[in-house]
Amino acid sequence: MDFFERFAVPHPSFLIYGAMVSIGLTMIAIVVGITYFKKWGYLWREWITTVDHKRIGIMYLLTALLMLFRGGVDAIMLRYQLSMPDNKFLESQHYNEIFSTHGVVMILFMAMPFITFFFNYLIPLQIGARDVAFPRLNALSFWLFFMGMGLFNISFIIGGSPDAGWTSYFPLAGNEFSTSVGTNYYMIAIQIAGIGTLITGINFITTILKMRAPGMTLMKMPMFTWSAFIANVIVVFAFPVLTVTLAMGTMDRLFGTNFFTTVNGGMDMLWANLFWVWGHPEVYILILPAFGLYSEIISTFARRNLYGYKSMVASMVAISLLSFLVWAHHFFTMGQGALTNSFFSITTMIIAVPTGVKIFNWLFTLWKGKIEFTTPMLYSMLFIPLFTLGGVTGVMLAMSAADYQYHNTMFLVAHFHNVIIPGVVFAMLAGLTYYWPKMFGFMLNEKLGKWTAWLLSVGFVLAFIPMYITGLDGQARRMYTYSESTGFGMWNMVSFVGAAIMAIAFVLLVYNIYYSIRYSPRDIGSDPWDARSLEWATHTPVPEYNFAITPKAASTQAFWDAKKNGHELFPGKLEKIHMPNNSGWPFIMSCIFFAFGFGMVFSIWPLAIISLIGILGCLTYRSFEKDHGRYISVKEIEETEAKLRGAKK
Amino acid sequence: MKVNNSLPLEYSTEENSLKILGFWIFLGAEIMLFATLFTSYFTLVNRTGDGLTGAEVFEITPVLVETILLLTSSFTIGLGIHAMRLGNKKAMMTFFSITLLLGAGFLGFEVYEFVHYIHEGLTLQTSAFSAILLTTLGTHGLHVTVGFFWGLFILLQIKKRGLTPETANKSFIFSLYWHFLDVVWIFIFSFIYLKGMM
Amino acid sequence: MKLKMKWALFTMIFTIATVLTGCEPLLVLDPKGPQAKTQADDIMLSIWLMSAIVLVVFAILIFVLIKYRASKQSEDYEPPHIEGSPIVEAICVGIPIIIVIFLSIVSVKSNYEVEAIPAAYEDQEPLVIYASSSNWKWHFSYPEEDIETVNYLYIPANRPIEFKLYSYGPITSFWIPQLGGQKYAMSDMVNTLHLAADLPGEFMGRNANFSGEGFAENTFEVTAMSQADYDEWVEEVHETAAPLTEETFEELLEPGHLGRSTYTGTHLEFSPAPDHDHGSTNSDAEESEHENHGSTSSDEQSTHAHH
Repeated sequence: MDFFERFAVPHPSFLIYGAMVSIGLTMIAIVVGITYFKKWGYLWREWITTVDHKRIGIMYLLTALLMLFRGGVDAIMLRYQLSMPDNKFLESQHYNEIFSTHGVVMILFMAMPFITFFFNYLIPLQIGARDVAFPRLNALSFWLFFMGMGLFNISFIIGGSPDAGWTSYFPLAGNEFSTSVGTNYYMIAIQIAGIGTLITGINFITTILKMRAPGMTLMKMPMFTWSAFIANVIVVFAFPVLTVTLAMGTMDRLFGTNFFTTVNGGMDMLWANLFWVWGHPEVYILILPAFGLYSEIISTFARRNLYGYKSMVASMVAISLLSFLVWAHHFFTMGQGALTNSFFSITTMIIAVPTGVKIFNWLFTLWKGKIEFTTPMLYSMLFIPLFTLGGVTGVMLAMSAADYQYHNTMFLVAHFHNVIIPGVVFAMLAGLTYYWPKMFGFMLNEKLGKWTAWLLSVGFVLAFIPMYITGLDGQARRMYTYSESTGFGMWNMVSFVGAAIMAIAFVLLVYNIYYSIRYSPRDIGSDPWDARSLEWATHTPVPEYNFAITPKAASTQAFWDAKKNGHELFPGKLEKIHMPNNSGWPFIMSCIFFAFGFGMVFSIWPLAIISLIGILGCLTYRSFEKDHGRYISVKEIEETEAKLRGAKK
Repeated sequence: MKVNNSLPLEYSTEENSLKILGFWIFLGAEIMLFATLFTSYFTLVNRTGDGLTGAEVFEITPVLVETILLLTSSFTIGLGIHAMRLGNKKAMMTFFSITLLLGAGFLGFEVYEFVHYIHEGLTLQTSAFSAILLTTLGTHGLHVTVGFFWGLFILLQIKKRGLTPETANKSFIFSLYWHFLDVVWIFIFSFIYLKGMM
Repeated sequence: MKLKMKWALFTMIFTIATVLTGCEPLLVLDPKGPQAKTQADDIMLSIWLMSAIVLVVFAILIFVLIKYRASKQSEDYEPPHIEGSPIVEAICVGIPIIIVIFLSIVSVKSNYEVEAIPAAYEDQEPLVIYASSSNWKWHFSYPEEDIETVNYLYIPANRPIEFKLYSYGPITSFWIPQLGGQKYAMSDMVNTLHLAADLPGEFMGRNANFSGEGFAENTFEVTAMSQADYDEWVEEVHETAAPLTEETFEELLEPGHLGRSTYTGTHLEFSPAPDHDHGSTNSDAEESEHENHGSTSSDEQSTHAHH
C-alpha cells in the first residue's frame, strides 16, 4: 500500500487523531444539518455564487474568525509546551509543525482575509460606489483563497503539516531535510491563495481609482480607503515575487531542480532573499489598513476631524516605498557584510519616521476632542502605547550589530507580536465592533467588549513582554524545549498565563457575539455611532445596490458635513441600476484548483493534469461567456427604500 | 450599457475603461514577476555546477528567428488594432491571424531550442543556472502559449459577433498583453542570450 | 476607571522591565568579550533612547485622554476642525530624523567593529577555528593546533578568535551570547565571525537558527582559559585523543545528537570548507581567488570575480 502511505501523518499523536475525528464529525454534522434544513439551494444562490462585495466580505470574515481559532489553539499548545522546562506535552516534530502552521495561518489565513473583509465590505460604501470594479473576479479571489486555506488546513491530518517554519528556509525545506509532503502543502496552498490576493489588489486599485462618487477627489477619500489603496498597490508589486519564489520552491521539491539546493550551483540564500522581498511588504500590507481603521475610529469617537490628513497620506506612501528597501534586516546575520547591513539598517530606521508621524497625528486628533470610550475607541487607545512599544523595539532590532544578538531569539518573537497584535488584531476587533451594527443591525454588547479589550491587553503584556527578557538571556526561537538550568522557566510560565488570559478574552468575544445576537435591541438605526463617512449614510441592512442615488461627496467627511450643515447628499432622481449576475464559475474553478493543488502536493500527476485542463476549460468558457448582468428597476428600488427607511430611527 | 461614441470603441463603456485600467495594473504585477525571474537569473547565471554554461549551448540562429517572428507579430497586431479603430473588421482579423501564426512560429522555434538544450545535456535538473534559464524562458513561452489561445478565442468571437464594444475591448487588452510579451522578449534577448554569448 | 486600569497596565510593564535589571543579569547584557560589549552598549543606549520616546507618547496620550474626555465636558461642546500645522508636523518628522541619524551613526560604526578583529586585540594574530554544523551538532576544527572537538569549545582568553562558519546541512547560526553576536553557517560559503573572551570563564553557545527536529538541543559549551592552560590542553589532546579518520567523521555527520568528543587532526583535509569565503573587513583572510561557485567539490578550474 505504498501509494497510500504518503497520505499518512508522519508522527501521529493522540491530539492529531482527536482532531481527525472532530473534523470528520463536524463536516458530517454540517452536511447533515444543511440537508435537513433544506438550505443547499439558499447557500448556492445567496452565498456560493454571490458576487456582492458585502456578502463576499462576510465570507472572508467568517473564514478569518475560524482561522483565528485554529491559530490560537496552536499558540496555546506552543505556550503550554514551553511553560515548563523539559515539558513532554509536545515532542519536537509536532512542535515544529505547530509553530510553522501557526505562523502561516495567522498571517496568511487570518490577518489577510480579515483585512480583505474590511476592503470588501467598506471600500465601495466609503467611496459611494455600487460594487467593486470586477465583481466576478472578486468572488474568484475569495474562493481561491478559501481553497488555498482549505488545502493547507488538511495537511495536519493527511500527509503531515509543513515543519520548516512559516519562512520555510532552504535547504531545511528541501527534500533532503523535510521528507514529508508538509512543505509541498506550504508551497502550493499559499500559491493558490496568493493568486486570489493578487486579483484582489488589482480589483481594489481599479475600484478606488475609477469608481469614486462625484466630488470625491483622491484627497477627499476617507483615510481607510487611502490605506487600503496603498496596501493594494503593495500587494500588486509584492505578491508576484512570492509567486515566483513559491514556484521555484515547488520545482525544487517536485521536479528536482537546483534553485535552492546545496549542490549543482543551488543557492540557499536566494530563497531567504526572495522570500523577504515579499515578506516585508507583506507586513505593511497588514498594518496599513489597520492604521486606516484606527484613523476612522479615533476620528469618530474624538468627535473631531483626523489631524494632518495630508501627512497621513504622505506617510503611508513613504512607508509603502520604503517597505521594498528593507528586506535584508530579516537576515542581517547571513554574512553580507557591514556595508550592506548598514544600508538596510538605515532604511529600516527611516521607516519608523512616517510611522511615528501617524502616531502623533492620532494623538493630535484627540487634542481638543470630546473623547468617548466605546469599545472600538478603547482598542485604539490601548493600541497606541502597546504598538509604540513594539515599534521602538523594531528600531532597536534595526541596529544590525545589536541584531546579531537579537536575531532568532524570543526578543524578535516579542517584537513582531508586539506590533501585530496591538497593531493588526486590535484593529480587526475594533473595526469588527465598529462596523457590526452596520452589517447586522444590532450592536455588540459594550461591557463584554470592553472586558475583552482589557483582558486581551493584560494577557498580551503578560504573554509577550517576558519574551524580550528571555530573548536577551539566550532563549532562541522555535526551540521546542529548554533545560531547567537555563532559568527560562519562570518567564515562560508567566507567558503561558498571559496566553491563557488572551484565550479567555477570545472566548468572551465569542460569547459576546452569541449574547448580542440573543439580547441586543434591533432598533438602533443606520448611524448608531454618529459617524462621519459615507458608509454610514446607507440603510441597515445595506441594500444590494448600496446607494439608491449615487451620493455627491464634497469633503473628507461628507456624511458628517451633510448631517451638520444639512447639504444634499443624494441629489438627483432614481434611475434603474445595473447589477452583475451571480455566477457559480468562481466556486467551480476554485474547487478544481483545490484538486490540482492536492494532486501536486502528493505528486498524483493524472489528477494534477486533468485539473489543469479543467482550469483552462473554465477560462475558455469565461472567454466566450456573454453575461451582461441585469437591471434593478426604479419600482424595485422605491419598494426596497421604503421598506428600509422604516428601520431608520 | 451606456456607450460613449466620442471614445474609441474599446474605451466606450464604463466597464470597458475599468477593464483596460485593471489590465494595466495586471501588467504591473507581471513586470514584477519577470523582474523576480531576471534578478534570480543574474544571481544564478554563473552557478553552473558541473553542467554547461550559456555560452556553450546558446545558438544565435534560432534566437534571431524567434526575435524576428515575435517583433514582427507585435507590429502586425499594432496594424490590427489600427484597423479595428477604423472599423475594418476584415483587415483586423487578417492581421490578428498573422500575429497568431507568427506567435505559433515563435513557439515552434522555442520548442526546437529546448530540445536542443536537452540533447546537449542542459536539462531543468542540471544546475541552478539551467533551472533559472529554462524557467525564465519557459515562463515567457507559457505566456505566449496562453496568449495564442486567448487570441484565437477572441478571433472566433469577432467572427461570430462582429466588432462590438466588448470584442473591441478584449482585442485591445490582448494587444497590450502581446506587446508586453514582446518587451519582455527584448530583455531576454539582450540580457540572457546576447550577454550570455559574449 | 479607564485611566486607573491604564496606569495599572503601564506600571506592570515598567515593573517587569525594572525587575529584569534587578535579578541575575541577562546573558546578552553580561558581556565577557569586546564584541559583546559593543553590542550590549548599543542595546542599552537604544533602550534608554527608546524609553524616552515611549514615555513622551504615553505622557501625551494620558494627558489628552484625561483632559478631553467627553464625560468632563459640556454637552454642547463642538470640537474644532483642525486640519494640521506644518510646524507641528515638521517637529514630528524632524526629531525622529535626528534620532535616526544619531542611531545610524552608532549602528554603522558598530557594524564595522563587529566584523573586524576587536580593537584591543588588533596587534595579535587571531586563532582560526572552523566551526561547522551538521544535524544537530557542532564540529570545531583547529587547523593551527591540528585538533578537532565535537560539541565543546576550548579557547584561550585575551586572544582574538576568528571563527570560520559553515554547515553540512541546513542553515544554522553560531551564537555565543556572552562573547558576541551570531552569524549564519551555510553550506555553500564560509562566514567569518570575530570574537574574543576578555577573561576566562564558561559560556553558553548554541545554534540559533531553526534546523529541524534536533534543533533545541544543538548547543555547545565554551570554556575560555589562560593561554598556558590552553596550550596544556592542546598537548594533552595530542597525547591522548584518537585521530579523526574519514570513516569516523562520516559517522559523526549522521543526523543525531552526540556528546563531546575529541580528536587529533581535523576533517579539513578530506572534507574542506566551501570555497567561497566571506572574509571580514580587516582580517588577512582571502578575498582573492573565488573559484567557480558550482559545486562544493574543490577541483574547479575557472576563476571568476564575484561580488
